[in-house]
Amino acid sequence: MKYLIIGNSVSAVAAIEGIRGQDKEGEITVISNEPYYNYSRPLISYFLGEKVLLKDMPFRSKDFYEKNKVKLILNVNADRVDTKKKYVVLSDKRKLNFDKLLIASGGAPIVSEIKNSDSDSVFTFTNLNDAVKLKKYIKTKKVKKAAVLGGGLIGLKVTEALIELGVKVTIIELADRILAASFDKKASNIIQKALEKIGCGLITNNTVSEIIKEKNGKIKKLVLKNKKTLDTDLLVTAIGVIPNKILAEEAGLKTDKGILVDFYMQTNVKDIYAAGDCASARDLLLSVNRPIAIWPAAARQGKVAGCNMAGVRKKYAGSFAMNSVELCGIPTISGGITCSLKKEDRVLEYYNEEKQIYKKVVLRDNKIIGAIFVGDIERAGLYIGLIKDKVDVAAFKDCLLKEDFGLISFPKEYRKHLVAGEAAIL
Amino acid sequence: MDKILIKEEYCMGCRLCEVYCLVQHSKTKNIIKAYKGEYPKPVSRIIVEEKGYVSFALQCRHCEDAPCLDACMSGAMYRDEKTNAVLCDEKKCVACWMCVMTCPFGVISRNIDDKKIASKCDLCANEEEPVCVKNCPNEAIVMVREKKK
Amino acid sequence: MAKRPFPIEFIAERNEAKCIACQACVRMCSNDVHSYDAETDKVTSDDSKCVACHFCEVICPTRAITIKRNTSEFRPNANWNAEVIKNVTKQAETGGVFLTGMGCDKPYPIYWDHILLNASQVTNPSIDPLREPMELRTYLGRKEDRVEIDYSKKEPALKTKLNPQLKLEIPILFSAMSYGSISLNTCKSLARAAEGLKIFYNTGEGGLHKDLYRYRANTIVQVASGRFGVHKEYLEAGAAIEIKLGQGAKPGIGGHLPGEKVSEDISQTRMIPVGTDALSPAPHHDIYSIEDLKQLIFALKEVTRYKKPVGVKISAVHNVAPIVSGIVRAGADFVSIDGLRGGTGAAPTAIRDNVGIPIELAIAVADTRLREEGIRNRASLIAAGGIRCSSDIVKAIALGADAVYIGTAALVAMGCNLCQKCYTGKCNWGIATQDPYLTKRLNPDIGARRLENLIKAWSLEIKEMLGGMGINSIESLRGNREQLRGIDLSDTDLNLLGIKPAGSAW
Repeated sequence: MKYLIIGNSVSAVAAIEGIRGQDKEGEITVISNEPYYNYSRPLISYFLGEKVLLKDMPFRSKDFYEKNKVKLILNVNADRVDTKKKYVVLSDKRKLNFDKLLIASGGAPIVSEIKNSDSDSVFTFTNLNDAVKLKKYIKTKKVKKAAVLGGGLIGLKVTEALIELGVKVTIIELADRILAASFDKKASNIIQKALEKIGCGLITNNTVSEIIKEKNGKIKKLVLKNKKTLDTDLLVTAIGVIPNKILAEEAGLKTDKGILVDFYMQTNVKDIYAAGDCASARDLLLSVNRPIAIWPAAARQGKVAGCNMAGVRKKYAGSFAMNSVELCGIPTISGGITCSLKKEDRVLEYYNEEKQIYKKVVLRDNKIIGAIFVGDIERAGLYIGLIKDKVDVAAFKDCLLKEDFGLISFPKEYRKHLVAGEAAIL
Repeated sequence: MDKILIKEEYCMGCRLCEVYCLVQHSKTKNIIKAYKGEYPKPVSRIIVEEKGYVSFALQCRHCEDAPCLDACMSGAMYRDEKTNAVLCDEKKCVACWMCVMTCPFGVISRNIDDKKIASKCDLCANEEEPVCVKNCPNEAIVMVREKKK
Repeated sequence: MAKRPFPIEFIAERNEAKCIACQACVRMCSNDVHSYDAETDKVTSDDSKCVACHFCEVICPTRAITIKRNTSEFRPNANWNAEVIKNVTKQAETGGVFLTGMGCDKPYPIYWDHILLNASQVTNPSIDPLREPMELRTYLGRKEDRVEIDYSKKEPALKTKLNPQLKLEIPILFSAMSYGSISLNTCKSLARAAEGLKIFYNTGEGGLHKDLYRYRANTIVQVASGRFGVHKEYLEAGAAIEIKLGQGAKPGIGGHLPGEKVSEDISQTRMIPVGTDALSPAPHHDIYSIEDLKQLIFALKEVTRYKKPVGVKISAVHNVAPIVSGIVRAGADFVSIDGLRGGTGAAPTAIRDNVGIPIELAIAVADTRLREEGIRNRASLIAAGGIRCSSDIVKAIALGADAVYIGTAALVAMGCNLCQKCYTGKCNWGIATQDPYLTKRLNPDIGARRLENLIKAWSLEIKEMLGGMGINSIESLRGNREQLRGIDLSDTDLNLLGIKPAGSAW
């Protein structure tokens, strides 16, 4: 059995583990268009901010591929897939045959269409090379100030790293607040205040319309939508990530925003699977398929794909949007549907202004559909578990944000089931 | 694998399990020094939940299908081959708290006293028996040994 | 003089160097002695509330607490000692009757400690219990006057029909302790241990909880004056029935379970309303003469079709010998005699400490009387009331008992330290309480294990003592007064006990 995996991040690694759990002998080949044998993409901001060394970037040891008998091909792109004849053409013209194919090509940054954004002082920030380039640039050009376009997760993480490097940062965000996708105003404010405390500037309800370059190509300043200007030495665009689905589209696979897969991670073509940021898999909260670009979902999807590829039927339970990120020393966890709520949704809130702690739980039909935790994330996983299991919390909703909330507040049967049986799978 | 079983009908709520867990995970492993001398103060990995007269101790279940293993972005969470316990390599942990987010039992703590790391039960790796099991005065925490095949 | 606070009896002394302020003692003390001050990060004690149950001392992980007597002294006075002064002061303050728990703690002579055992040496060799079979098994019930054997068939067969017997592997039973005075977990521990050791436990006057029916083969059900929980299934469940006429701790008065201890479960088991005091009347209101007792004994035998032994429990009072004789003639299969030091969950202190006589004397005179009248075989005698160790058991059997009941010793095995506050329902050990927060503390797995350990240890010691005497069966020890000698006892005591003074030979 020939297994071929396009991509070498978390989905690919989980798929290898999924396959090897069932099939110790089949051939596994992994194609990566990056030069690194393995690294964790979310850690690139830690690398930039010098919190993690280059040698500590991998999330599996060097001998992982050897131990699992995986042939790893680096620095090569997968250019074309022939779904009928079952082979993949690489950028070095090689043809690789497969019995089962997994496309785990991840996501790509949305490229800004602003004039002059092709300058070498304009950066995206989604892979390790981006971080290496950016760090080198900052160090060699002795960058003093930077602008970050986009106040989402990536934008804020890169801002933190830049501040670590001694760079003064200004964030430009289109919405009225940072982290608009997952945080409400109160939550955003807490982080915003913290950012301002460490000298970060924030411009909301705005975006960049033009980049003004110097004669030597370097950035000089930005022109914003409201015609104001901002001097800067570099610009990082972090305006979103989209699934890498071109390969799949050209091969005739069904796609929507990402590569469509069923509950077994298989595409509409037999023996071809997709997993991770590039795939459009089940969102169990919204009951539709859509790409959910988070690490745990990608890991789980890869594992499930691997199992199914090795011939063992395993169903993917689905996932939903959730994230954990610590900004300016403030831990935050959010998940599910937290904004754009319906009229009949109930909201439970706890806000301690002095300690800058904010907790919010959103209930719909007596089930938790979303939660935000800022400042205090202890036991946040309980709520995420309740969202995932769609538990009716009517009996104990008054206890949800109390100090002593825990498994002890759950009905005894659910608690015993959790403790005795499998944990909730995300 | 060997599992820790909790008997909520016998938990007295004395929280001695928390005391011994803290001591076990301290630098000196001496109960008086751990509480009075050590800084930063060590953290217990077992939580006692209490409501009315019901109480029980809760720690990492070392799930067979552990969500924290999926969620860990740095590869710090791993499964020990010998004991099948889920452990956290503190040197690799980058304190992203993804594990805290995905643990349905909420038994992973944000330990910020020294280096920021995710703390959780490690089944007392170097001991014959986890200290909470050994020291529970009412046998409300027991070890169920896997039947050797 | 204005209101006075009650004197502080005990001090929970804390070694500050060892205290780590883990607050286990704060959480665990049901009397709220310890408290934690977050500002100073220190644990302090309100010693006035300490009852010396020792739970905090046992639970403290650094052994930082020691319970001490408060040495607030009065001028030495042999007649008006500190305790008497405090008692009069308290009653003047409250006008109340003193209630207490457990058994008489006054320094009356303990006859066990004045009786010595024999050992064989030259003429009658001793037996090594590790190498020779040693039988501790005994049977309780009426034994026939004569046994007839039918030799007509191939195999000799027993012609005489035997009366129902209780088979005990060890001559020890667990005393009657009602569900209500003790928690369900304690009952479960006793029942499980009785089952494991193949002996019996007694339900006391609290009825039989439905969870305990599975241990029926090892249960003696009690019919007391309040008839709590007595119904058809109850009588059929027991392996034997015991009519309780009296109890060693409070002869002459009935049982008392304060309303605080009557929970939903107790209410169902005892068949009384929740929260009401459960007061058993002093006499059975249908037993006013020995003939009435005979009627009740046979009514119970009829109801259970003569398949179970029916016995009677009395407290040891002055006329215990003729009383026992009357009861045996009334048809009882066994008589339990509960002496002065028997325990209780709640009794007036004056009664507990002053009424009744020690079991040592009671058993001796009852056994002697029955033998003199030639009716000793008609019933078994069970001795109860302050049996503390295996040597007490050997002496009790040698004085004439068939077996012994242990109550206080069983509770101490499960954790009790005799603070004597059972009547408050706040037992920290989870034994004498119905508070669900406290009853959790007695894990029946552990309780049953500790009881089994105790009885097993005692039976090994009993075997050693028997072997030392050259006896290999408990039946040979029963009433064998020749194995006992008195020391430092008056002639009258020796006479009553029916034993010789130490130093004299056959």
